[in-house]
Amino acid sequence: MTLQNKSLFELRKLLEQKEISSKELTGFFLERIERFDSALNSFVTVNDQALAQAERADEKRARGEKGKLLGLPVGIKDLLCTKGLKTTAASKMLENFVPPYSATVVTRLEGEGAVTLGKLNQDEFAMGSSSENSYFGPTKNPWNPQFVPGGSSGGSAAAVAAGLAPATIGTDTGGSIRQPAGFCGIVGVKPTYGRVSRYGIVAFASSLDQAGPMTRTVKDAALISEVISGFDPYDSTTSEKSVPAWSEKISGALSGKTIGVIKEFVEAKLHPDVKEQVDRALAMFKEAGATVKEVSLPHSDLSIPVYYMVATSEASSNLARYDGVRYGFRADFSAHPAESVEEFYCRTRGEGFGSEVKRRIMLGTYALSSGYYDAYYKKAGQIRRLLADQFMAAFKQVDVLFGPVTASPAFAIGDRVSDPLAMYLNDIFTTSANLVGVPGMSVPVGFSKEGLPIGVQLMAAPFQEQVMFDAALALEERAGISERLPNGY
Amino acid sequence: MISKDQILKIAKLARLSLNKQEEEQFADQFSAILGYFEQMSAVNTEGVEPLITPTEMEFHWREDEAVQWQNMGSEVVERSPDHSGKLFKVPPVVG
Amino acid sequence: MATKTWEPVIGLEIHAQLLTESKMFSSDATAFGGGDNENVSPVSLGLPGALPVVNKKAVELSVRMGLALNCHIRGKSRFARKNYFYPDLPKGYQISQYDEPLCQEGYVEFFVNDEKKRVRIERAHMEEDAGKSTHHGDYSLINLNRAGVPLLEIVSGPDLRTPQEAAEYARSVRQILRYLGVCDGNLEEGSMRCDCNISIREKGQEKFGTKVELKNINSFRFVEKALEYEIQRQIDCKESGEEIFQETRLYDSTKNKTFSMRSKEEAHDYRYFVDPDLLPVIVPDSWIEKIKKDLPELPLSRAQRFQDQYQLPQYDALILTQERELADYFEAAVQKSSQPKAVSNWMMTELLRLLNENKLDIKDSPISSEHLGELVLMIENKDISGKMAKQVFQEIWNTSKSPKVLVKDLGLSQITDEGAIEGIVDKVMAANAKAVEDYRGGKTKLFGFFVGQAMKESKGQANPETLNKILKKKLDTPS
Repeated sequence: MTLQNKSLFELRKLLEQKEISSKELTGFFLERIERFDSALNSFVTVNDQALAQAERADEKRARGEKGKLLGLPVGIKDLLCTKGLKTTAASKMLENFVPPYSATVVTRLEGEGAVTLGKLNQDEFAMGSSSENSYFGPTKNPWNPQFVPGGSSGGSAAAVAAGLAPATIGTDTGGSIRQPAGFCGIVGVKPTYGRVSRYGIVAFASSLDQAGPMTRTVKDAALISEVISGFDPYDSTTSEKSVPAWSEKISGALSGKTIGVIKEFVEAKLHPDVKEQVDRALAMFKEAGATVKEVSLPHSDLSIPVYYMVATSEASSNLARYDGVRYGFRADFSAHPAESVEEFYCRTRGEGFGSEVKRRIMLGTYALSSGYYDAYYKKAGQIRRLLADQFMAAFKQVDVLFGPVTASPAFAIGDRVSDPLAMYLNDIFTTSANLVGVPGMSVPVGFSKEGLPIGVQLMAAPFQEQVMFDAALALEERAGISERLPNGY
Repeated sequence: MISKDQILKIAKLARLSLNKQEEEQFADQFSAILGYFEQMSAVNTEGVEPLITPTEMEFHWREDEAVQWQNMGSEVVERSPDHSGKLFKVPPVVG
Repeated sequence: MATKTWEPVIGLEIHAQLLTESKMFSSDATAFGGGDNENVSPVSLGLPGALPVVNKKAVELSVRMGLALNCHIRGKSRFARKNYFYPDLPKGYQISQYDEPLCQEGYVEFFVNDEKKRVRIERAHMEEDAGKSTHHGDYSLINLNRAGVPLLEIVSGPDLRTPQEAAEYARSVRQILRYLGVCDGNLEEGSMRCDCNISIREKGQEKFGTKVELKNINSFRFVEKALEYEIQRQIDCKESGEEIFQETRLYDSTKNKTFSMRSKEEAHDYRYFVDPDLLPVIVPDSWIEKIKKDLPELPLSRAQRFQDQYQLPQYDALILTQERELADYFEAAVQKSSQPKAVSNWMMTELLRLLNENKLDIKDSPISSEHLGELVLMIENKDISGKMAKQVFQEIWNTSKSPKVLVKDLGLSQITDEGAIEGIVDKVMAANAKAVEDYRGGKTKLFGFFVGQAMKESKGQANPETLNKILKKKLDTPS
């Protein structure tokens, strides 16, 4: 059976109709991981309890118990804590860290019967746009292994694209779900800030991070979003707003809906293949009955500096807990004992963190430090509000905002890793959604002339994911590529 | 714009030791990055309150009820890099 | 060279641990005495992915104290991160309040040498406590049971001018904390901590001098002594032309001096910013009103009322209102006996003495307020004599039995019945006819003898006034 490119809904039907057991299905993906992943490097840890979990799901089904994801295997980005299963954030600092508790997202997935396949590779501490910053080596793009899968949720994206997992969970702080989804030709959703609990997710930037689904189809993404969303008493920044049944209400008919094309995004310097797909998508919207108009978001030009000032500042504080005192890596002091607590900290953190992480911690420390706070951190926060105002004004005119996810398709491994600023500019279209808190997603629509996937981006007003999913479905139905697999997979 | 000296000061404040390459490269990289960020100063933000939590949400608090976190402490201490009995062990703290 | 007149300028920062069941931002217990690293959770361990959630009770207690300190309570206040590295600080930052504290611009009044003094409260804000580290030569050990315990930091204005005032200020803040049930104010155990900020300036000068912070002071007596030492140290410095450094100094109680913590004190850059893991704390007006309404009577008001309502002197009133339980005890005993001055005397001379000697709190007193009240009432009703009462008092202390029962058991009822006393006097006079003659013949000094005999005959139970009255009458009136 060709199962590797089936959607969750299709697989769920097979399980419900007893055409396959969860144990068989999970075993199927585990075998593919074993076969393909040494070349791809998308998994950090495969869950040795996966088959046992699958068996329990089968037993539950036999007893008549229900679950929206009962028996379906899902991969989890290694940034989310999984109790008893190593959680590394792709860092030497947490190389052997086994959390004593699970993230709420994981608990909710397991609560609906999902099977945890394993932990997926990423940029260290979610800091990066290529997954080249992983302590465990880079993940490859399954469409072309010389190219990056994107980041920071590169492993999560590659695994789904290559058919090693039907769905995965990633996190998105400045584009880390949407950009790799675009580069790998899959669907990636960043929910509204406050939809999904951050409890148990290794924090990068508290006011920007959100976990979200990475799947083959839009409806799958809507389903997983339903399962993981909702108020969590353990996270003070979750909303009490009820979670609609997005996957049930979803419809690709867009008459009466208005799509707003972001002027600054489409007029930016775009790779011609990206421009072509953007134009194709616009035509698809019109065919589905939507009205298309142009909107302007002038401050979106500043989203990179604003994002990097805010994110690195919050990160510099969030990563202060990694000090080798209570868990994680501690430098070896046996030959040269630390002469002070300060030295203890410096050597442990200096050796445990990679360069990009250190760079960002230091940028954030600088932005918050005495004398620079007003010009950097405070200023960024103020522009953030102005940007949010512009977005809200735009949403008074349109239902969905549209634009490219990235300026070009995936780049080659090694291409941008030595120029931090060039790497940061990858996020030019995605950071606004995090800054403003709106939901955003990436939908694959076509390929570049070199055969690399190209996706487009949709955003909706806060808590208005439904119309975003609807518009995405309209594109997916017309693009017709959700079952395509890379060569050899 | 950013000197190597400043880099070392910031690293110390952030408790990070730097390897040779980082010491060499960070000053220039920071200067480039912060130079690019200068465009922020052109925006008039007078009287604008910074945005921190981007979406509207209700404030929550919890009732004051104590919960025993079932051996979490001993589990974490057991797996810690160094401990003595049930206490975390670190080099001597001065002052 | 003439020495200038120097004026000390003192402000106090008091950290009070709030009496909650669970911690400020997580549900692990605050209870004292847990095993090492037992009262912990992902949040207080600073595990990856842990997030803070505000403890409602901690906010309530903080509002309560803020109102008692006459502060303005912000309807919307924010938490901020104070970033620094220390092994007992699990997250590498402390969640505190910076720009928008919960309480601001209040004041507290107290007596120093019978004079009322008012000190401004600049702010009172919520924060979390750090863990505890113990030092063992070439290593240190960390216990996080205390990490995350809710604290209220109360910052006074620089309004104190003498070490004595500072100590009294601290005592009165502690008193209010205890009155409200907000903190138990135990300096030795560390549930309340006092740091002092002290500078000196020439008298008449407006500008403040360089501020020095004093830490590690764990009694009110040491507050005074540490400040005395430091003031003199600063004066000596200034007068010999030396500079005073802005620094933190620790007080050593065994040597009675302050010493510098580090040879080169680096000013901390805490890089404060609003904590993005928390939303602004919203305290509705209606809630503040309710807390205000439910505030117990505060110490100074209660002392004033004791003076007005019970006609007690200020001195008595201040002592009896020192602790809320003590004041409650007093009023309960007064309700029973309607004798405020008498109750006050008994409490101040006898009860407090016994409690102090035996290191007991009023709440553990073997003599209940009921019983004290009963005893005082019995004296008032002349059921027993003052002298007897002292004995009964001791017995109640020993047995916790009621005075009525004890008096009955011990047969200590005072005889006030005139008929009975007449009978005793007659008996004594009859048995001492010669003495009667002598007395009537002019030896009036023998009166005491008859009193003694009558007392002996009555086993000490005859009411002295009545006895004297009857004895005199009978002796002076030859039948």
